[in-house]
Amino acid sequence: MTFSITLTVNGTPHHLALDDLRVTLLDLLRDRLGLTGTKKGCDRGQCGACTVLVNGRRLNACLALAAQQDGAEITTIEGLAPEGRLHPLQAAFLEHDAFQCGYCTPGQIMSAAGLIAEGADGADIERIREGMSGNLCRCGAYRGIARAVAAAAQSENGETEA
Amino acid sequence: MKSFDYLRPETLEEALAALSDPDTAVLGGGTNLLDLMKLGVALPDRLVDLTRLPGLDRIETLPDGSWRIGAMVRNADLARDPGFAAAFPMVAEALLSGASAQLRNAATLGGNLMQATRCAWFQDPQARCNRRAPGSGCDALEGANRGHAVLGWTPACIAVHPSDFCVPLAALDAQVEVAGPAGIRHVPLETFHLLPGEEAHRVTALEPGEIVLALRLPAAAAAFAGHARYLKLRERTSFAFALLSAAAALRVEDGRIAEARLALGGVAARPWRCHAAEVLLESAPAAPDSFARAAAAALETAAPSGANGYKIVLAERILARALAAAAAGTPAEMPALPGSLMDDSDRETAHA
Repeated sequence: MTFSITLTVNGTPHHLALDDLRVTLLDLLRDRLGLTGTKKGCDRGQCGACTVLVNGRRLNACLALAAQQDGAEITTIEGLAPEGRLHPLQAAFLEHDAFQCGYCTPGQIMSAAGLIAEGADGADIERIREGMSGNLCRCGAYRGIARAVAAAAQSENGETEA
Repeated sequence: MKSFDYLRPETLEEALAALSDPDTAVLGGGTNLLDLMKLGVALPDRLVDLTRLPGLDRIETLPDGSWRIGAMVRNADLARDPGFAAAFPMVAEALLSGASAQLRNAATLGGNLMQATRCAWFQDPQARCNRRAPGSGCDALEGANRGHAVLGWTPACIAVHPSDFCVPLAALDAQVEVAGPAGIRHVPLETFHLLPGEEAHRVTALEPGEIVLALRLPAAAAAFAGHARYLKLRERTSFAFALLSAAAALRVEDGRIAEARLALGGVAARPWRCHAAEVLLESAPAAPDSFARAAAAALETAAPSGANGYKIVLAERILARALAAAAAGTPAEMPALPGSLMDDSDRETAHA
């Protein structure tokens, strides 16, 4: 069975014929579109390394069938900021030492972008920790991650950093 | 993963026609089904994607004051719907305590009701499991079963239903609206999930070819909004299934309980409504003694199914604690979920 879809990834439209319906959004991004910034960790929705924005909402790309994304607008880590510039979250992750090995970082940053867009948690560290619990960091950089997300959330809201 | 065909029907009639094929599975957000397919536990020949069926993403109030929520409403959208969260705060609290933000953005109401147990032997195609492979036995009986059922189990199956969402729904007399070849019918959520008998492979009240179309909450359920809490106990701070949970809703008049609604999660193959405890609470003072008596009554018929006798004591405690929290009143803003070791403030945390 072949199934044709149209989707926009980081602003670029793609028309794709899926010859295998088993392809997940994660495999589509990495293997067919060459966007390897989105990482495969557990492939079971448990680690968050594959987090991308689908129509502005954060999702686990490993548990989303490509076929289900027909018509969707996808943003990956490659499309978060204009070429050559850092997104405020990327700058905050550097500033707050929010990673060590870096494997979970694209998923952490995309999840944080989704969290800030949801607007429910503000810059409250404890609510941010809960809101980011779908992203594991085996290096244990959680303290820096929470601080980076809080700083980016504050700058997004036009507040000065405490 | 076994290969499969993919259908995306545009009408309910098309969807029901596609489901007449027995090797067809219904796809919503995919957060449980795709995982089970990757594990080789679910082996459908084709998937019927219901996420684009018109009307199933609606949250609406009906003329009689009841609420109807479409099967494809996403967990996060329901929890954050201001009208819904105000009417049913413990349902919103339960939704937000489940899974992760990414999964809640994908997972649907229908999928939450239909999700499979997370029993490790059910999820391992090599293991014996009467629920997955009828007649094969139950490896959980002799395995690491500290998280398994203490109510409503039989030697055929000791698995528990994993949902947070369904626990307050069972307490609030929710009804499941089911569509099938014979038309529409309603099933009480409380009995929608089947307890094991001599067999365990039939896990919901759905007949072949039927789907969950919507959920209904009666108008009367919103009367508990001022005193309603969901408490969840789990083995890590966040993003874990409930070891035990409790939904408690009260109507309090002059310090006495006029009506109570109670259910437990993590104790049985279904969310466990505690009718006897509710009766004990009626007209009782909203005080710790009443809560302890009710909690003891709720667990009266409980029995360990393995190395899990501790869950009976713990369930009593979490039920009494949920009742005390409900009696104190629903907070205007739900506490940060769930509280971590890094939290150096002294504010209330809801869960543990």
